[in-house]
Amino acid sequence: MGRPRLMRDAPMMYAVLCYNNEEMVCGWTKEQDDAVMAQLSHVHDKWEKAGKLKPSIRLLPTSAATTLHKQKDMIFDGPYAETKEALLGFYIIDVAGLEEGLDFARELAVANPGGAYELRPIQLYLPGAPIDGAYATTREYAGDKAAAK
Amino acid sequence: MTDQAWIEATLTSSRPQAVAALLRYFRNLDDAEEAYQESCLRALRNWTAKGPPRDPVAWLIMVGRNATLDQKRKTQRLVAMPDETQVSDLEDVETPMVERLDDSQYRDDVLRLLFVCCHPDLPATQQIPLALRIVSGLSVKQIARAFLVGEAAMEQRITRAKAKVAEAGVPFETPGPVERSERLAVVMQMIYLVFNEGYSAGPKDDARADLAEEAVRLGRLLLRMFQAEPEAMGLLALMLLQHARQPARFDANGDAVLMEDQDRTLWRPKLIQEGLALIDKAMRHQRTGVYRVQAAIAALHARAQRFAETDWSGIDALYATLERMQPSPVVTLNRAVAVSKTKGPQAALDMIEPLAERLASYFHYHGAKGGLLLMLDRKREARECFDRAIALANTAAEAAHIRMHLDRLIAESEKSARA
Repeated sequence: MGRPRLMRDAPMMYAVLCYNNEEMVCGWTKEQDDAVMAQLSHVHDKWEKAGKLKPSIRLLPTSAATTLHKQKDMIFDGPYAETKEALLGFYIIDVAGLEEGLDFARELAVANPGGAYELRPIQLYLPGAPIDGAYATTREYAGDKAAAK
Repeated sequence: MTDQAWIEATLTSSRPQAVAALLRYFRNLDDAEEAYQESCLRALRNWTAKGPPRDPVAWLIMVGRNATLDQKRKTQRLVAMPDETQVSDLEDVETPMVERLDDSQYRDDVLRLLFVCCHPDLPATQQIPLALRIVSGLSVKQIARAFLVGEAAMEQRITRAKAKVAEAGVPFETPGPVERSERLAVVMQMIYLVFNEGYSAGPKDDARADLAEEAVRLGRLLLRMFQAEPEAMGLLALMLLQHARQPARFDANGDAVLMEDQDRTLWRPKLIQEGLALIDKAMRHQRTGVYRVQAAIAALHARAQRFAETDWSGIDALYATLERMQPSPVVTLNRAVAVSKTKGPQAALDMIEPLAERLASYFHYHGAKGGLLLMLDRKREARECFDRAIALANTAAEAAHIRMHLDRLIAESEKSARA
């Protein structure tokens, strides 16, 4: 019994979020870490060659994170630890430092209050295969068709 | 990663929290350690057969505690507790346990465990081995090798340290904010001592060099427990940024390579990135502290792609801050190195000459002074300084580094003699 054809032909981009025991991963020696990354790179290479692996990121430990609580307008050291809210999306920014990153987050917070932004430094950035532009940009999404043209 | 490797890595990373919680139950280091060892043995049997538990730390604490209580009851001819093959499957037993062991509980447990290893009655030569044994779980053999003493002597040193801790009594009440920050300061100092043991190791002294990795691990543990503590960020950043230079610090012959001559492409970028992110975070806090300032200095070195791009005036300013916070001739000496780059060797020499008496037996003083004199073309005096530095060198690497200057001086004087 195969899947319905309609489903099989509906391409989709997914964010694959990686979870693990941070204490253990941070405790790996350089050799252990390198070994795991080497194993992963075989998988990465295969999927990237097929054009299916897009930009990928390894984050620094949560201890390097800083969180802006939007409603409280307060900044906390560490990751966003509440469990009521869900992860809804993320941005990648290239800025001069944490302060500028927080400026960006504060501007976003004005545009969209509620919840929080966690700023977590990126440890490793793999560009992956190019994204072909099939996905709607934010402006198109907001109905700004003229801008899209 | 194989299952076996996963289990071992999990046991290693769970150790501080598990031993710390067991210490709270048993109020005795020996019992806590034995309980943890017992739970590790059971984990190896159990996890291999049944897969890992949802919360390995909670599992290890509970199984270790039950096994030890069971043992105590047996010796008292009382009823035995159910064994871990039964308990570990009971979600409802595990869940409230996990809830009880929330972060704040772990936090004070781990701090207490680290703190008892730094008892003021213990000299650093006992604090460090005790922490490495109890918190990091290194074997006595590994520790003995790192400190270049026999295993029996190290065993004795650790036993003596434990006895002193037991005698002094472990502080079990939850610390107040002032006490907590005092404990933190003592613990951070100990962690940095561990780091320096590793950092000062020679190129072929792997056993001792591993202590730097161990200290980084302890620094991470502390920061994970105290995420908003800027000095904990500073300490970890400092260690990461210094440790990042490790692959470039010695050449193929095992001789020390000066920072200015190091191949910066060998520096470990991952550690630098993390260190820089942490120092960026730490610097947002108004107050400042000695680890943060030192980490900021290390960050300025790390940010320079080439030695010539080093921000020496920034480093000079940071050392000036450090001098105010923690006046010490060694800090002034370090500042003088930065000053020599911004204001020239004479200004630096003027700065360090008043330190002559206090640093008379300090290797780096004579090395640095010799270097400054050399820049001022005062070769004979420079040579005297280098001779004194060699006599004071603590490691072969230090001696080799000074020897290089001396050899150059001798070669030059021979050349000019021939001319």
